Amino acid sequence: MFAFTHQVLSGLAMGSVYASVALAIVMIYQATRLVNFAQGEMAMFSTYLAWAMIDAGLPYWVAFFLTVVISFVLGAAIERLVIRRFDGAPVLTVVIVFIGLLVIINSLAGWLFTYSIKSFESPFPETARFGAGYISPHEMGAIGVTLAMLALIYVFFRFTPLGLAMRAAAQNPLSARLVGISVGRMLAIGWGLAAAVGAVAGMMAAPIVYLDPNMMGGILLYGFAAALLGGIDNPWGAVIGGFLVGVLENIAGAYLVGAEIKLSVALAIIIGVLVARPSGLFGRVIVTRV
Amino acid sequence: MPDARPAATLEQAGPRRARVAAIGLALVCVLALPFAASGYQTFQFSQVVIYAIALLGLNLLTGFNGQISLGHGAFFGIGGYVAAILIVKFGVPYGVAIPIAGAVCFGAGFLFGLPALRLGGLYLALATFALAVATPQLLKFKAFDAYTGGVQGLLLSKPKAPLGLPLTRDQWLYFLCLGCAIPLFWAAANLVHSRIGRALVAIRDHPIAAETMGVDAALYKTTTFGISAAYTGVAGALMSLIVGFVSPDSFGLFLSLSLLVGIVVGGLASIPGVVVGALFIEFTPNIADRISDVLGESAKAMPWAIYGVLLILIMYAAPSGAAGAAKRVARAAQRLRGG
Repeated sequence: MFAFTHQVLSGLAMGSVYASVALAIVMIYQATRLVNFAQGEMAMFSTYLAWAMIDAGLPYWVAFFLTVVISFVLGAAIERLVIRRFDGAPVLTVVIVFIGLLVIINSLAGWLFTYSIKSFESPFPETARFGAGYISPHEMGAIGVTLAMLALIYVFFRFTPLGLAMRAAAQNPLSARLVGISVGRMLAIGWGLAAAVGAVAGMMAAPIVYLDPNMMGGILLYGFAAALLGGIDNPWGAVIGGFLVGVLENIAGAYLVGAEIKLSVALAIIIGVLVARPSGLFGRVIVTRV
Repeated sequence: MPDARPAATLEQAGPRRARVAAIGLALVCVLALPFAASGYQTFQFSQVVIYAIALLGLNLLTGFNGQISLGHGAFFGIGGYVAAILIVKFGVPYGVAIPIAGAVCFGAGFLFGLPALRLGGLYLALATFALAVATPQLLKFKAFDAYTGGVQGLLLSKPKAPLGLPLTRDQWLYFLCLGCAIPLFWAAANLVHSRIGRALVAIRDHPIAAETMGVDAALYKTTTFGISAAYTGVAGALMSLIVGFVSPDSFGLFLSLSLLVGIVVGGLASIPGVVVGALFIEFTPNIADRISDVLGESAKAMPWAIYGVLLILIMYAAPSGAAGAAKRVARAAQRLRGG
C-alpha cells in the first residue's frame, strides 16, 4: 500500500507538469483552433533561460519570475512575427510551420547551451518535514506552484477586464472586434500567457527529468494526452486530465507495462480518446454542419 | 468538344518528347554514377534513393491525399526491423525479406488508417506525432528482446553481388535500391495519374464533394495509408540492408520530421520533387558536418536550424516547394522564348 500511495503521489507531481502543458495547449486551441506542437520546446527553452540566470548567480525565485516574464514576451513575439502570417492557412501548412518552430527552438537550445545533460536545482528543501517517503519536497512544491498558478489564471480570466476581453476574442472574434477589442493583441497576449505557463511547467519538470534540449518530447506527448482526455476546449478538463494522466502513467509504469515503454501509455490514451470519445471527458460535443 | 482534343495532344507532343529525353538522360547518369563515385559516395547515393522511396510514400499520403503524418519514421522503423529480423533470426534471403517488410507495413499502415479515418487534419497530426515519439520505446520493449536485440539492435552482413557480377558490395546495393525504386516510382506515377489518383486529390480538396461523386472515401483513405506505409517500409528495409545495422534510437521523432522536411522542400503532391527532397535531407547534415571545423560543436544544431527556417519560409513564400519553383522557371523561360 505504501508503494502504491507513493506512485499515486509522485504521479500527481508529474501530473501537475502535464496539467500546465495541457492548459497552455488548450489556451492556444481555444483562441485559434490550432494545436501548438512547439509548446514543449518553448517551455524547454524557457527552462534553459532560468538555468542560465541561476548559473550567473541570481537567486532562484528572481530567476523564476524573470523567466516567466521573458517567456511571455517571447511567446507574444512568436505570435506576432510568425504565426500571424499564417492566419486562415490550411491545417497542413500551419502544422508544418509549428514543426518548423519546434526544430528551430530545439536546435537553438542545442547551439546556445550544448546537448549535454544538465541538472537543474529545485527551490524546495532536500528533506521533507512531513509525509517523508511518500512524496519528495520538490514534488509537493511542484504541485503547490501549479495550483497557485491555476488560481491566478482563474482570477485573471474571471475577474479582470483584460481576461474578459480575451475570452470574448476567443469565443467570437467578430463581435469582439465590433465592441472595440483588438483581437490581434488578445491573440498575442494569449500566446504569451501560454508560453509563461509552459515555462513554469518546464522549471518544475527539470529537477525531475534533468535539463536537455529533448527533455520536453515525452512531456509534450503527455500534455497532448491530458488535453485530449479532458476535452481540448475545456481548460478545467485539461487540468484534471493532466493529473489523471500523471497518475495513470506512474501506475501503468509500475504495475502494467514497465517503465521502459511508459510513452506508449500516452500513445494509447491519445488514440483511444480520439477514436472512442473525441470530445474527451469534459469537452463539448461539436456537431459540424455539412 | 471533339475538336479540342487533337489540338491539345499536338501541343503536348513537344514537351512530351522533351520529357522522355530528360528522363532518359537522368537514367543514364543514375546508372553510371556508382562507377564514377567512391564507395562512400555510392553509399550516400543509395541513401538518397532510399529516402526518395520513403518520401514518395509520405507524399502519396500527405501531399496527394491530404492526410498529415508526422510519424512515418515508425513505418520506416517497422520495415527496417522486419527485414533485419527475417534475415538475421530466420535466415530469409534479403530478396524475400524486402517485399515481406513492405507487406507487413501495408498491414500496419492500413490498421493505423482505420482510426485515422475518424480524425480530421489536426488530430491525425497529433496521433501520428505521438506514434513518432513512442516508436523507439516500443522497439526497445523487453518482451521482444529475443528478436529485436533490445537497446543494442541487430547487426546484418552486407550482401555480396550475386551471379559473380563484377561489382563491389556498395555498388550492388546501390543497384538493388535503384531496382526497387524504379518500379515503385513507375507505379506511383501511374497511380496518381489514374482515376484513383484523381479520387485521392478530390478527397483532399473537398471530401464531401468527392463522396457525392461516388468516391468511397473510407476505403481510399485507409488503402492510401497502407500503400504509403508499404513504400516507407520498403525504404526502411533497404536502409537496414545498406547500413548493416538497426537500432531503436535511429527511428525517433527526428527521422519522421526529416521525412516531412523532405516532402515540403521537394514539393507537396509532386513525384519528381521527392528526389530533390531526398538529396536535400541526405546532404544538408553532411555539408554542415564538413563546416563543423569552423563552427565547432554548434554545427550539430545547424542542419535542424536550416530545416526549421526553410519549413517556415517555404510555407510562407512558396508552398509548392522545389517542384513548384521549377514549374515557374520553366513557364518563365517559355514566355521569354515568345511562347
